[in-house]
Amino acid sequence: MSGQPTLFVLGASHRTAPLALREKLALTPEKAAALHARMGPAAGLRELAVLNTCNRLEFYGVAASAEVVVQLEREYCALQDLAVAEFAAARRHAAGSDAIAHLLSVAAGLDSQMVGENEIFGQVKDAYADAQARGGAGPVLHRVFQKVFQHAKHVRTHTAVAEGQVSIAGVAVGLALSIYGKLEGVRVLLLGTGDIGEKTARAFQSRGAGPLTVANRTAERAMALAAELGASALPWELVASRLADHDIVVGSTSAPHAVVSSAQAAAAMRARPGQPLFFIDLALPRDIEPETAKLENVFLYNLDDLAKIAEENRVAREAEVGQARAIVAEKAAQLWRQIEPRLTADRSGAPPPAAR
Amino acid sequence: MNLTDRNWLWLAAACYLTGFALGTVALLQGRRHSRAAMLITLAAGYAFQCFGLYVRGLAVKGCPLGNTFEIFQFTAWSAASLYLVIGPTFRLSLLGYFTAMLSAVLTLVSLAFPAWDQPYKSGVFGGNPWIEFHAAIALFSYGVFALLALTSGMFLLRNYSLKSKRVGGWFSFLPSIRDLDHISVRLLIAGVTLLTAALAVGAVYWLPHPETVNTAKLLTTVSVWLAYTVALALRWRSVLPARRLAWACLGLFAAALLSLAPVNASRNPTPPRAAASTP
Repeated sequence: MSGQPTLFVLGASHRTAPLALREKLALTPEKAAALHARMGPAAGLRELAVLNTCNRLEFYGVAASAEVVVQLEREYCALQDLAVAEFAAARRHAAGSDAIAHLLSVAAGLDSQMVGENEIFGQVKDAYADAQARGGAGPVLHRVFQKVFQHAKHVRTHTAVAEGQVSIAGVAVGLALSIYGKLEGVRVLLLGTGDIGEKTARAFQSRGAGPLTVANRTAERAMALAAELGASALPWELVASRLADHDIVVGSTSAPHAVVSSAQAAAAMRARPGQPLFFIDLALPRDIEPETAKLENVFLYNLDDLAKIAEENRVAREAEVGQARAIVAEKAAQLWRQIEPRLTADRSGAPPPAAR
Repeated sequence: MNLTDRNWLWLAAACYLTGFALGTVALLQGRRHSRAAMLITLAAGYAFQCFGLYVRGLAVKGCPLGNTFEIFQFTAWSAASLYLVIGPTFRLSLLGYFTAMLSAVLTLVSLAFPAWDQPYKSGVFGGNPWIEFHAAIALFSYGVFALLALTSGMFLLRNYSLKSKRVGGWFSFLPSIRDLDHISVRLLIAGVTLLTAALAVGAVYWLPHPETVNTAKLLTTVSVWLAYTVALALRWRSVLPARRLAWACLGLFAAALLSLAPVNASRNPTPPRAAASTP
């Protein structure tokens, strides 16, 4: 074990730990506070940030020596009632530029289950904010996290690693944007109260689409979901006659047959000349008659179509990972050259060099 | 540096071609082209073309619209001018790329066929500024229709991509169906308005002097105007769906371009100009 101060990452993620173990890893806020109390500067842990998501639990910190990292591991396992050997089998430990490269890969979404996803960037920001609030972020972590945010944005904008939607709801929203340009004022009709339909409707709402209308054979369920989504409910028997009043129709019923025929869609198109109509059929069996796709200005996508596009986008993102990792390696090495003297200066008691 | 009008126009063609090449490379690499680079190449091409047409205008003592070469050049110039005005406003992705392609094709093709640059006597419009104005806005409307043909082509590509469910790759850089439809209708209105104005201005002069009217040219121009006006009316009344309008606009522009040469050829023979190109 070395007596050198070290910048480290210690933890486990979906890449190293199975779900059953990941369930045991999550730190509650109370336990996180307890860990901070036990492992403060007095114990040689000068700085500490905890990234705690459903897919990973990682500590980023500056320790007076490598022994302190071992002590942190023990304290964490004791707090979680976890055998050290069990954690050690799945944990990842890296130091110096490798630790920076890992944090940068995580923040850029390269280490995520769905490569390029954006949520992790916000979660890393939250971890940094939490460390600041607890007093765990010192000069080294401040510099590391701030530069990592900047470099992660660079990776995302200079490669196609975050391009294209990879979720069903995201693909549906992307297609709607290809038809309508922007979704403000685009009227959405949700047929059925299925989970995937609800998620898609929420995705549309999050991009400004609305008003939203919910129709279901069971009126009570339509009204309940409408209330939850801030939408209005439409009696099921009026669906056919009100198709023309909507720009996007999302089908997610559990009906054993199509609930919108091509004749009904054709009638709707006659009532809204010159305006496109987007059908998203998420139901199995399908809610919208396939012949509807032949109508002029009608765009029909079913679950398979959306899944295929999501998969194509995922593959395209994966293809960019190599280029993104090259940028990560370059930026991490560059940042480490700035950080390393700080660690040494910190050890010798000299003031850290001015930020470059 | 003593550049001839054709030298300036070659420079313009090179700029348009550069914009087109930059866009093509970006698309082949699966990324969006730089909007700034496209704007700069188009603006540079436009500036060179302005110089070239200006020098030629001085030589022919009027607006240079006397032969097929000049008509192609003027149409490319009109399309580039319009893009420089509406492109940054509407921010339609790929419109700059297609404009660069169209302008490059029109300028290069016209430069590649010296026979199209037949000499004609200077002052072809008889020194009448109203006829010159009539010719200029008529040709400018062709520039509008050129841009309309581009947005129509983009609409058809976008419609095809959505219908065939091929939305990845460079299809993803195309603007939305609705945006393309809106801009096409606006361009159609602008083109019809300009051509109507051109015909009205021409009629003021030619009605009292019907013997000076070139029948083939008049019939062609009125047919083009009528066809676009009918297309607009049908779209207005929602009889012509967006996809069919797009096909119609593409077809009409092709027909309008193809009709330019015979119209030009049908003009009464005129004594040759001393030199088509300025020294």
